[in-house]
Amino acid sequence: MATEVGPTSVKAPASGGAPIHHAPKGVGEDNRIATQGRWAAWLLAPTILALSVVIVYPIITAIVMSFQKDAGLDPATGLFVEGGPAGFSNYYNWIFQQCPAPSGGTVDCPPGTLGAQFWSATATTFFFTIVTVALETVLGFWMAVIMARAFRGRSLVRAAVLVPWAIPTAVTAKLWLFIFAFEGIGNKLFNTSILWTGSEWPARWAVIIADVWKTTPFMALLILAGLQMIPAEVYEAAKVDGASAWQRFRMITLPLVKPALMVAILFRTLDALRMFDLPYILTGGANNTTTLSILVINQIRQGFNAAAALSTITFIIIFLVAFIFVRFLGANVVEQQTGAGKGKK
Amino acid sequence: MTAATTAATELRAEQDRGRKTAQNREKWAQGRTYISAVVILIWCLAPAYWMVVTAFRDVGYTYDTSILPTHVTLDNFKTAFDTSFGNHFGQALLNSLFIGSVVTVVSLLIGVFAAYALARLNFKFKYLVLGFILGASMFPGVALITPLFQLFTNIGWMGTYQALIIPNISFVLPLTVYTMTSFFREMPWELEESARVDGCTQGQAFRKVIMPLAAPAIFTTAILAFISSWNEFLIASQLSSDATQPVTVAIASFAGAQPNQIPYTAIMAAGTIVTIPLVILVLVFQRKIVAGLTAGAVK
Amino acid sequence: MKTRNFLLPVATAGVLALTLSACGGGGGGSSSGGSDAASQGLDGRGPITYVQGKDNSNVVRPLIEKWNAAHPNEKVTFKEQTDQADQQHDDLVQHFQAKDAGYDVASVDVVWTAEFAAKGWLQPLKDKMALDTSAMLKPTVVAASYKNTLYAAPESSDGGILYYRKDLVPTPPKTWDEMMSMCSIAKANNMGCYSGQFKKYEGLTVNASEAINSAGGAVLDADGKPSLLTPEAKAGMANLAKAYADGSIPKEAITFQEEESRQAFQDGKLLFLRNWPYVYNLATTEGSSKVKDVLGMTALPGKDGPGASSLGGHSAAISVYSKNKATALDFLKFLTTEETQKFFATQGSLAPVLGALYEDKDLVAKLPYLPVLKTSIENAVPRPVTPFYPAVTKAIQENAYSAIKGEKTVDAALSDMQKSIESASAGQ
Repeated sequence: MATEVGPTSVKAPASGGAPIHHAPKGVGEDNRIATQGRWAAWLLAPTILALSVVIVYPIITAIVMSFQKDAGLDPATGLFVEGGPAGFSNYYNWIFQQCPAPSGGTVDCPPGTLGAQFWSATATTFFFTIVTVALETVLGFWMAVIMARAFRGRSLVRAAVLVPWAIPTAVTAKLWLFIFAFEGIGNKLFNTSILWTGSEWPARWAVIIADVWKTTPFMALLILAGLQMIPAEVYEAAKVDGASAWQRFRMITLPLVKPALMVAILFRTLDALRMFDLPYILTGGANNTTTLSILVINQIRQGFNAAAALSTITFIIIFLVAFIFVRFLGANVVEQQTGAGKGKK
Repeated sequence: MTAATTAATELRAEQDRGRKTAQNREKWAQGRTYISAVVILIWCLAPAYWMVVTAFRDVGYTYDTSILPTHVTLDNFKTAFDTSFGNHFGQALLNSLFIGSVVTVVSLLIGVFAAYALARLNFKFKYLVLGFILGASMFPGVALITPLFQLFTNIGWMGTYQALIIPNISFVLPLTVYTMTSFFREMPWELEESARVDGCTQGQAFRKVIMPLAAPAIFTTAILAFISSWNEFLIASQLSSDATQPVTVAIASFAGAQPNQIPYTAIMAAGTIVTIPLVILVLVFQRKIVAGLTAGAVK
Repeated sequence: MKTRNFLLPVATAGVLALTLSACGGGGGGSSSGGSDAASQGLDGRGPITYVQGKDNSNVVRPLIEKWNAAHPNEKVTFKEQTDQADQQHDDLVQHFQAKDAGYDVASVDVVWTAEFAAKGWLQPLKDKMALDTSAMLKPTVVAASYKNTLYAAPESSDGGILYYRKDLVPTPPKTWDEMMSMCSIAKANNMGCYSGQFKKYEGLTVNASEAINSAGGAVLDADGKPSLLTPEAKAGMANLAKAYADGSIPKEAITFQEEESRQAFQDGKLLFLRNWPYVYNLATTEGSSKVKDVLGMTALPGKDGPGASSLGGHSAAISVYSKNKATALDFLKFLTTEETQKFFATQGSLAPVLGALYEDKDLVAKLPYLPVLKTSIENAVPRPVTPFYPAVTKAIQENAYSAIKGEKTVDAALSDMQKSIESASAGQ
């Protein structure tokens, strides 16, 4: 395993500055590992710097803000004044759906406040994530398998598959809103009169269909790249051995494509958990389509600090999902990647 | 007829039958592939077709639901590019191409470095680094805007290209690093070893042997990176200026001639225009992707 | 040692990030820090920037050119935002929060005025900065004020109009009940009777408030406290719920925004439509319109007479952080002159804020809806004027949507609305 690096001491002085381009050959193993450590640090530094500025800095800001109360109105002047330190109250209020009471203290959030929607938004977010990622994986796999075959017009299919993804989300959402309008082409084509954005299940399906349409290409392309790395001889050999198509898929394709597939699923899951534009534009969050990200942006307009707490909660939820994913569901991307070059698993 | 010839004839017939079944099976498989391909084409292109049809429709007939184009006009495209109403669509297209290219090149460059380190080098804290990079794609994007806005205001970067490029790089980096790492794992690294035996340094071995093999994976990742930067809207809508705004923001600010009117036809025209460069890009590079991938497959 | 080697560049990155966070400041915590700023730059003259949403019909550019020709040393630069109200709002908040002196004059939607004023971001237009509003329609001035202080110059207005089919309705209804009694005409012609905008978005707040106000109720009382538990408010909400339940409002209306409802009306699928003035131009000119020659317009129906429209439109406000407030005030005055207002109306179909223009013969000839619109705006009630508007509008949308769909009784919906608004204004 890559991490089983023994304690090493570097004899040569640890020289900072420019990366050393070629370590002198024939020096001991210790030195080689030390060189690798130094190399790794320089190779990783730009990535970590970029992520620190744009992602880590805002996260820290948000966490600091989440422990502040939102500004309250001074009844005398009619002006907002700083709320002061809040402790964990922002977090507590979200999780237990508590809202400020007119007489002071808190009450259960009445329907119509954002606070009352926390758990339903969480459930909706998970529902969308599970359904869309499952559909996208199956469809994406199928598309990738077809595109990996040799046939006339293959390049046409490959280009066509990317079209949904190439259309900016801002346009996609408007396009589907237009298609799903009551008098729109959707109802006309199938001769139905469904209130796509006006009732609970159709509204959910409208979001799911639009999202699956838009992001399946991402899955398909990544899986295709994984498929292409499987040598054709392996299949030939399996065929000669009399393996059925299903057996070949299960025993060869799936295991060999798994690393690419898992990366694709993991990133789609993280993305889906933050789903925002499509439900926001299609339904405005009505009919149980409010996701956590929609709740965050609605709350930003009402009070930044409570919104920062909600962002942090969302962050923790997504972190837990990713952790479970990586840890228990066999999607151990980290594990597989650290085993690099040392044979598969 | 001798027994031998009979046997030979039977054998030939048997072989013929076998070949025919094989051919039939082949044909059937080919047929299924084509049917699937057609289904995929319809699923992917039907909504896009509707976008194009609407783009060519007179704005007065926006809600016409005839499947075939009716009331065809080029006005919507003219509206999209007309700068007299303050639409900066042409400029925005160039901005998007520029931002997308820089983001793709830079994120691939530093992403490949990181992926190489993660896939090939031994060092402590590898899990920590992987976790850190993954963690960066977990925060709700909407919550990043306010801190970034204040940061860029403080350092005077508002409305500059770098204020759009740097966030975009960070958004695509985690994906770039993870996909490249997973591809690097699959590389035949024995070749690198042998190159080093031949006297190359690790760096040279990487450049001369591994990079060409990794080309298809890099192209795939490049497309992923470019499209995701091309699609970015949230950050750009707050941090760009008229001069630097990308095409997504330009489309969102398309307005009808009347207040409250949603100019679906012009939006669809803009959507059509925006999609074309990407389709061309994919068609140009796809030969490269396929060729590279096949080469990579024959280890 | 190896650790140190590895950590060196990474640590550099980390330190850099922390340094950056140090200059970032506390973030979003808003404050009344504007009060100092409000006394500064009052005499400042020089170039300013005017910020507004998408200039749909090319009115702002020519106006600014005209201004710049006359004021070479106090030029105005136009900063155009997107067409989406939400994005305009967020963009302004971001800039005000950063105390950006680059946004001198901003066009503010009537519903944001109270919020921005309470945050201390808008320059009060009093004393040295006072503005004469005597010629303006009163509701537009009320909507630009907070706690009896004017914070913005009414720039354009907007009100709801009831469109109807002249060929089918002999005399337009004056009250809601009259309109409902005419639904038999719709039934006989196999069309929907009435629709407004009932999708869950800002338009629903407009329509629900109109229903409540037109029945004599109010969402907020004079002190800004919710007052939804009155028989009048109940009657207003019940009108909508009942009409939806018995099919007078077609079922698809809960997916309607302005455009979908306009389309349904233009296709001949509605007898009555509540919408904004823009419909007139499109319904009489668009090729696909089936109502070109039979389009009637009247004031919204109320309890005993004209109903109370929700007020739309924008006001121009000066940022407290502006350094050239004297120029900014002159520009505000320029935006509200009769000439400018007339140009807004003719070129951009924007409803003027000056009462006199509604009687102007040339204008009425060009925009025949002006007399109806004047009634509408004169009877208009601004949407709830409150610094908590974002929370109030959500509370109205959420509960009105449930009430109209019949998922909740009108009583329950109004009581939840009341509690939600109380909670929002209670602060934390």
